[in-house]
Amino acid sequence: MIAIVDYDVGNLKNVYTALGDVGLSGTITRDKKVLDAADAIILPGVGAFSDAMDNLRKFDLIDALNDNVKKGKILMGICLGMQLLFDKSYEDGEFSGLSYIPGEIVKFDAPGIKIPHMGWNNLVINRDSPLVKNIGPEDYVYFVHSYYANPENFDDVVAYAEYSVKVPAIVKKDNVIGMQFHPEKSSNVGFQLLTNFKEMIS
Amino acid sequence: MLTKRIIPCLDVDHGRVVKGKKFQNIQDVADPVELGRYYSDQGADELVFYDITASYEDRDIFIHIVEKVAEAIRIPFTIGGGISKVEDFRKVLMAGADKVSVNSSAVKNPQLIREAALRFGAQCVVLSIDAKRNNRGSWDVYVKGGRENTGIDAIEWAKQGQDLGAGEICINSIDTDGVKKGYDLELNQKLSSLLTIPIIASGGAGKMEDFAEVLKVGADAALAASVFHYKEIPIVDLKNYLHDQQIPVRRV
Repeated sequence: MIAIVDYDVGNLKNVYTALGDVGLSGTITRDKKVLDAADAIILPGVGAFSDAMDNLRKFDLIDALNDNVKKGKILMGICLGMQLLFDKSYEDGEFSGLSYIPGEIVKFDAPGIKIPHMGWNNLVINRDSPLVKNIGPEDYVYFVHSYYANPENFDDVVAYAEYSVKVPAIVKKDNVIGMQFHPEKSSNVGFQLLTNFKEMIS
Repeated sequence: MLTKRIIPCLDVDHGRVVKGKKFQNIQDVADPVELGRYYSDQGADELVFYDITASYEDRDIFIHIVEKVAEAIRIPFTIGGGISKVEDFRKVLMAGADKVSVNSSAVKNPQLIREAALRFGAQCVVLSIDAKRNNRGSWDVYVKGGRENTGIDAIEWAKQGQDLGAGEICINSIDTDGVKKGYDLELNQKLSSLLTIPIIASGGAGKMEDFAEVLKVGADAALAASVFHYKEIPIVDLKNYLHDQQIPVRRV
């Protein structure tokens, strides 16, 4: 069972449905006991960084996440959920994150680019990982975000997309994984990535 | 490389997809879920579902259809038509939509854009503008399905929408809509150079060259309906054509 963390930031049903496509059973929850019992945890999220952290605090989920990550359970953040895995974000201020992966969340600021980074961009593999099995240079995934992760150590980046900078798309540090794009909205490439995720946790 | 998006638009009336010419003479086409799945398989990058009668008939949009579409397809989709309150945003987003498009209601209450962007994130707020050329060399904003001229300058309104927090602008040209002689290139070029958020061009696609032209002048996405619904342009062929024209596209 995969726990999908429900902390009132957007619709979680699409993640739940996409997990079902690859034969994973998801449970949408904010119950610590369910997180503790889960085989892996998914932290989704859309919206603003500071609101998301506030909600994690409000629902008393930070300790539950910390405990499970410390135990070695796989945690995967999606979109804003991935950004929360880093030390801090500069989205409308300066806010602390979960600090599982060293680095900061910063805004796109190259001249002439459209913000948000919105649409289908291809993944460039930065380092080998079972997460990107069967993923090639012509595989596109769906992004929509105005801030991106700037990791302290670029080796934590499994794959990136080019958009004025190398935008970390898949990050992994030990048992903590992040996907900046939406695998649940990325058609057959998303399906492949979630299949890889399934193989990793089983 | 970020690709240009091709977006079939499905106008929904009483649960069926329809396509009107200049918003009139509406004809029945197909089941929205079935057609949505078909386009997704063909390589459409996103889908838009407009509830075309909701804006003036004051009835709930088709939440049930939104849920069925979300179950059936794995690409992003936008819901528009009859969205007038933050609560309407919440309903369709919870039903599985990725973005919500506002048009007349945002003209009436521009703060709706700001409130929705703050609550759900700018990425899900699409400001849709129906624009028509006037005789002063600019474009006016029309509302109520193209029936009422507000006298507002379309370019100014698009800029204001961006400032209020819209994540994207969909610009539908009433002059070219349904005529199939190409998008309004001048309008799309102007908007694209002035705005920092993505632009979706809408209204006028008749042949593959029309898509290439509007994407070359700066539109980030091109939306069309009838050329797809009547299978005049298969999306697979269109993507191959655009690729040959050196326009970055995602091919399936």
